[in-house]
Amino acid sequence: MITLEKLRKFFLSLQSIYNDKKLYLSELDSAIGDGDHGVNMARGFDAVINDLNAKPPVDLEGVFKSVSMSLIKTVGGASGPLYGTFFRKMSLAAGKKNEIGLDEWIDGMSKGIEGIVQLGKAQKGDKTMLDALFPALEALKAQKDAGKDLADALSASAKAAQEGAISTIPLIAKKGRASYLGERSAGHQDPGATSSAMLLQAAADTLS
Amino acid sequence: MKKLINDPNNVVVEALKGMEKAHGDILKINFEPAYITRKSPTKKGKVAIISGGGSGHEPMHGGYVGFGMLDAACPGAVFTSPTPDQMEEATKAVDGGAGVIHLVKNYTGDVMNFQMAADNCADEGIKVEAIIIDDDVAVKDSLYTAGRRGVGATVLTEKIIGASAERGDDLATVISYAKYCKDNGRSMGMALTSCILPAVGKPIFEIGDDEIEMGVGIHGEPGRERMKLKPANELVDMMLDPVLSDISLKNGDEIILMLNGMGGTPLIELYLLFNRAVETAQKKGIKTVRCLVGNYITSLEMQGFSITVLKANSEILKLWDAPVHTAGLRWGI
Repeated sequence: MITLEKLRKFFLSLQSIYNDKKLYLSELDSAIGDGDHGVNMARGFDAVINDLNAKPPVDLEGVFKSVSMSLIKTVGGASGPLYGTFFRKMSLAAGKKNEIGLDEWIDGMSKGIEGIVQLGKAQKGDKTMLDALFPALEALKAQKDAGKDLADALSASAKAAQEGAISTIPLIAKKGRASYLGERSAGHQDPGATSSAMLLQAAADTLS
Repeated sequence: MKKLINDPNNVVVEALKGMEKAHGDILKINFEPAYITRKSPTKKGKVAIISGGGSGHEPMHGGYVGFGMLDAACPGAVFTSPTPDQMEEATKAVDGGAGVIHLVKNYTGDVMNFQMAADNCADEGIKVEAIIIDDDVAVKDSLYTAGRRGVGATVLTEKIIGASAERGDDLATVISYAKYCKDNGRSMGMALTSCILPAVGKPIFEIGDDEIEMGVGIHGEPGRERMKLKPANELVDMMLDPVLSDISLKNGDEIILMLNGMGGTPLIELYLLFNRAVETAQKKGIKTVRCLVGNYITSLEMQGFSITVLKANSEILKLWDAPVHTAGLRWGI
């Protein structure tokens, strides 16, 4: 089960991952964007942890809402609203519970991804974070259908997200700043898909 | 990296503090969330105009807050759009009851953050109208891109609609001038060098001594095409032609022309470029009747330039000539 304590560990681990990978993500962004994705994500998750510490939420919904607010207020760019919306939608699936299982996690991922699609209007193959998130969700559902447990499902979704991020390399970007480059955007891994894959790897490592 | 900074994370805040000290007669700055307003509150019944965007483009937007131009500006982190709470608070601070216009440059992040702020303001009963400027002809406006970028025409639009709002025009009228500028303003830019984000510490792209990026925006990002450096006149023509043809300018038309540095280009080169731009337009029978030459919308220390053209008419020129008193533009006062 995903508990309040595990969820806290999940966000702590995201803070350290995005700080460790700050320059790597910014380098990916330099190739096809404006080179600040890593810096923005690190700043955002520093704020996430500060806010969770300052006012510890009492249920899972509260954690996701707090995370969402912190990201929307500090990340800026497209990533702020998109990740902020993702976690706000996840709060709807979590509700006022202290622990959730695979079903709610899948529900949360579906709602979160739906929110991202609505806001960003991107589709699969547009070279965005969705190219990591869609396969991750499909993997979760497939694992559930095969009767696998939360740990297996999370680890399969992390793997699918990572493959999804790599699959963005040959794509031509159709959304966001990378789309201004046209064909020159091909040959580079999408930074948003990469930060999303990192997020799902952290979920596999901390939530199972 | 060589930069005149203290802590990369404090660049925006320290610069805002300096701006307040330098221009305390014109503007004041709110921190947490960060927004810049005029020193004196918006008159009741005046349409308020807010813009905003990433920092690193100075004097845009904070330098355009003041009489005859913006009521407020929201500065984001360097090259990163501001967040919804900034625009929401700025909107509440300057709302004069006659409507608030959000002037947004067309970037995915800017549009999303302004939209979230506008939704929140609507919930609280403040009428917000967003105008999205997308003037960069280097980007194809198609289903396969995020649409043309908003660049130099934003500055000209801020001046035109700022004057309209200042003389007491109602929301619909101010909006109609904003739409005119959106439809009749076009830009294109190029770069000799990239630039360095303070928090990253190295150039966004490497480029050879004899190479240029053609069709850049204002974020140090690569353009559509890398090519060999050419004489200045050829570069001006290469950029001005698509700008003029995109708004179907013809013999006898008049324009406002902005020849803008990217932050690192000496003024002597900008004047040289401007000389050619006016001549090339003149050859097509297009007359440059007003101009700006200098650094008005920059990309940190990037070397390069952009050309912005706004088709003029007597009404637009009246608004252009109206008094303005901001840190970045001042005349008639």
